[in-house]
Amino acid sequence: MNKNIVLCGVGGQGTVLASKLIAAAAMQKDLPVMSAETIGMAQRGGSVFSHVRIGEGIYSPMIANGEADIIIGFEPGETVRMLPFLKKGGTVVTSSRKISPVTATLSGSSYSGDGMIAYLNEQVKELYIVDAEKACEEIGSSKVLNLLLLGAAVKSGALGLSEEDIKAAIRTRLPEKFHALNFAALAYARPARCPRK
Amino acid sequence: MHKEFLMGNEAIALGAVAAGVNLVSGYPGTPSTEVLETVAKRRADAAYVEWSVNEKAAMEVAAGAAYAGARALVTMKQVGLNVASDPLMSLAYIGVKGGMVVLVADDPGPISSQTEQDTRHFAFFSKIPCFDPSSAQEAYEMIQEAFAYSEKYHTPVFFRPTTRVCHGYASVTVKDADEYTLHQPDGFTKDTGRWVIFPRLSYQNHIKIEERNLTLAEDFSSYKRNQIIRSDDLLDSSGGIAGFPDSKTGRLTAPRKGIAAGGISFTYVMEALKAAGSAPVLKIATPHPFPERLALEFLDGLDEVLCIEELDPVIERELIHLCGRHHLPVKIYGKLSRHVKNAGENTRDSVSENIRGFLAQKNESAEGAADLPNSPVQNGAPDLPVRPPILCAGCPHRASFYAVKTAMKGKKTIFCGDIGCYTLGNAMPLDMVDTCLCMGAGLGIAQGVGRIEPDTHCFAFVGDSTFFASAITGVVNAVYNQADMTLIILDNSTTAMTGHQPHPGTGRTMMGEIVTKIDIEAVLRGIGLTTVETVDPLDYEASVSCVRRVAEEPGVKAIIFKSPCIAVTKPSRSMHVRPEKCISCKKCIRELGCPALIVSGKIVSIDASLCTGCSLCSQICPTGAIVNGKEGDGNE
Ligand code: SF4
Ligand code: SF4
Repeated sequence: MNKNIVLCGVGGQGTVLASKLIAAAAMQKDLPVMSAETIGMAQRGGSVFSHVRIGEGIYSPMIANGEADIIIGFEPGETVRMLPFLKKGGTVVTSSRKISPVTATLSGSSYSGDGMIAYLNEQVKELYIVDAEKACEEIGSSKVLNLLLLGAAVKSGALGLSEEDIKAAIRTRLPEKFHALNFAALAYARPARCPRK
Repeated sequence: MHKEFLMGNEAIALGAVAAGVNLVSGYPGTPSTEVLETVAKRRADAAYVEWSVNEKAAMEVAAGAAYAGARALVTMKQVGLNVASDPLMSLAYIGVKGGMVVLVADDPGPISSQTEQDTRHFAFFSKIPCFDPSSAQEAYEMIQEAFAYSEKYHTPVFFRPTTRVCHGYASVTVKDADEYTLHQPDGFTKDTGRWVIFPRLSYQNHIKIEERNLTLAEDFSSYKRNQIIRSDDLLDSSGGIAGFPDSKTGRLTAPRKGIAAGGISFTYVMEALKAAGSAPVLKIATPHPFPERLALEFLDGLDEVLCIEELDPVIERELIHLCGRHHLPVKIYGKLSRHVKNAGENTRDSVSENIRGFLAQKNESAEGAADLPNSPVQNGAPDLPVRPPILCAGCPHRASFYAVKTAMKGKKTIFCGDIGCYTLGNAMPLDMVDTCLCMGAGLGIAQGVGRIEPDTHCFAFVGDSTFFASAITGVVNAVYNQADMTLIILDNSTTAMTGHQPHPGTGRTMMGEIVTKIDIEAVLRGIGLTTVETVDPLDYEASVSCVRRVAEEPGVKAIIFKSPCIAVTKPSRSMHVRPEKCISCKKCIRELGCPALIVSGKIVSIDASLCTGCSLCSQICPTGAIVNGKEGDGNE
C-alpha cells in the first residue's frame, strides 16, 4: 500500500496528534512511514500542515503537488490552501468550522467559511464535510476534532487504514482515560452525520 | 535492532547515544533544538547534557570534554555557529582526542532564521570535515560514523542537517540499548606542545591539516554514503519506472546527463526521477573534503551535470573546479548558471521542474517522460485567510510593548528589538520593533543611533535568555562608554521561542538540578547601572508611569518587565465583555491585537478558550466593560 496524506489546520488544532496516530497505525502494520510538519514560529495561530507518506519506495517525507490521496482539513480555508497537493480524483475530508485570523479582526475584513466549503464543493468530487460544532456538542467534548476527522477519513476508504488500526494506535499513544471519548469520536462519522458534500 | 517513529533530530540524538556520547552541550535554536533535548530525555544517566549560556560556551565545553578523551556533541543552529566560530577556528588547528561532532542545523528558506548561510562553507573555511545527511535513517547511522572519523583523524567534524531532515519523521531502525557502544574517556594528558596554541604550532598543524584533508578526500571517495546511483539501483515502488530511455541498451542517449545532489535535495531528486526520466546521480554526503575520486568517476563519460542543492552552490563549484583541473569537457549547471533558483528552499516540485527541464533540453527521448501528475486547477479560488505568527493571547510581551508605546507617545524614539518571541512585537497594531539584527545586537544599535541622533530616546528590548546569551557585553559597553539609552528586559522566565528551555535565570539546569538563579537586576547593578526598576507588565498604570520616569533619567538605565510566559504557566482564567457597557469603540482590538478579542459586526467579545485573563484589555477599556470570569458565571 502507498498512501500520501496531507493534514492541515491552524496551530493548536491537533493536526500533529492526528498525523502521529496515522503513522503509529501504519507502523503497527509493518509499513514504512515518513512524515513532515510545521514546527516553530509558524505554529502560533499560523497555518500548519503535516505530510504523512506510507509505503515502500519513498525517499522524501514531503508530498509533491498532485500527489495526495487524501487531504484531512481541520479548517475550511486551510483545506482550500492545500488543494494543489490533491491528486486527480483524490478525497477531501474537512471540518466546516472556520477560524478567523486576527488580521481579519483588525482590518474588519470578513472571511467566510461557507465560501470555502462552496469552493470545495465545486472542485472536489470526493468531499466529506464534518460539522465540528454539532459533532463536538453531541459527543460532549470540544477536544476531539482530530478523531472526528480521522473517523470520516477512515470511512471514506481513502486512508487505507481501518477503524481498528486507528484504535490500536490510540491505545498505544493516549492515556487510557481518554480512550472511550476518542473511540466515540472516531466512530461518529456515519454517512448521515458526515455527508459526502 | 528495532523500529521507532522518530523526528530527524531524535534519530540524530539516538545515533549519538548509540555511539556512546559522553557529553552534549548546546544553545537552543530552530531547527537544532530537539537533538540535545532527546539525549537528555532518553539517556540522562549515560551522558552529561547542558544548555550552555551561548554557542561559544557550548563549543568550548564540548572541546574540553573531547580533550579529555570523551565523545562530545555540541549542537546549534547555523547563526549560532557565528557566535561559536572563534573557538572553532582555533580548535580546527588544535584538534581533539575523543570524537567531537559539531552539529549545526542549516535552515534553507529561511523558515525560522535571520540568514540563509551555508555551514558547508564554514567547513571549507575552517578545513573541518563535514557530513550532510539526507534522511532520518541516514542521519542516525551517519552521526555514529562521524564520531569514528573524528577520532580516526583527531579533528572535530561538522554534522550539518537541514530543517527538513531535522524535522522530518520516519520509521527508523535503531539499535537496542545493549548494542550501544560504551565509550570510556581516558582523561586529559598534559602536553603543552599539543594543547596550547602558538603561532609556530599553528603553522606546523596547518601543514598537517592540508595533508590530512587530501587523505580524507580519498577516504571519503570510498565512504559508502557518497554514492553514484545508476538507474538500476533506484527504489522501485509502483512496479516500474516510467520512461527510462536506457532500459534496453543500458546506455544514455547523447548528450549524456547526470545529476549531483546532497542532503534533503537528494531525496527530491530520487523522487523526481521516478517520473521525469533516467540519469545517473552523484550523492554527496561529505561536501568537504570533497570526494574527488568518486566525483571524477561520475563525471567520466558525461556531457552535462545538473547540481541540485540548497543554500550555496557548493557541489556545483567543486565539480566546476574538478572539470577545470582535469580538463574535462563537462558542462556543470546549477545555481551559478541560473538553472536552479539561488535563494529559498528546494521543494519536490521545484526539483521536478529543474530535472524535467534539464533532461528535456536537446534530448528528444526524455521529453515524453516528463509528464507529472496534475493537480486540480485552482481557478476562482476565494481569498485565503492570512495567518501571520503573532504573540499569544495573554502574552506579557504585549503588555510591555504597549506600556512603552503609551508612555513614549509623541516623543522621538527608536525601539531596537532582538531575537525571540518578542520580535513579533513588530506586528500591527503594536508596531514596536524598529530594528532586529541578531542575538544581542539591539543594545549596540541603540547606542550607535544615540550617538548620531542625541535627541532620540533609544530603547533596546531584550529577552531574559538572550540577555544571558549575548547582551551583557553590550550593557558593559554602554555603561563604559557613557551611552544614553533605556534597556528593557522582557523577562518571562524561559526561552519561549524555541520551546521553553531553562537558562541561567530560571534556576534549573538541563540535568534537572535546582541551582541558584542568576539575578538580572543584580547583574545590571553590578555592571554599574543605578536605575534598574522591576515591574509587572500586566499592571498597566504602574508600567506606563515606570517607563515615563525611567526614560527621563540620564545615562544607561533599565526596566525589567517580569511576568512568566503563559505557555509555561498556562493560566486558566478568562475575562468577558459586558455587552451593555461596551460602546463598540474597539479600542481594545485596535490597540492590542490580542487574538482572544474578536469582533463580529459591532459586537466585541472574548474567546474564552484563548483568553488567559491577563486583564490588559480591561485596563485600557474606557468604559470598564471587560470584567473577570466567563460570561454568565456571576463573577462580576
Ligand atoms: S484579558 Fe484581554 S488581553 Fe488578556 S488574554 Fe484575555 S482578551 Fe486578551
Ligand atoms: S475597549 Fe471596551 S468599550 Fe471599547 S470595544 Fe473594547 S470592550 Fe468595548
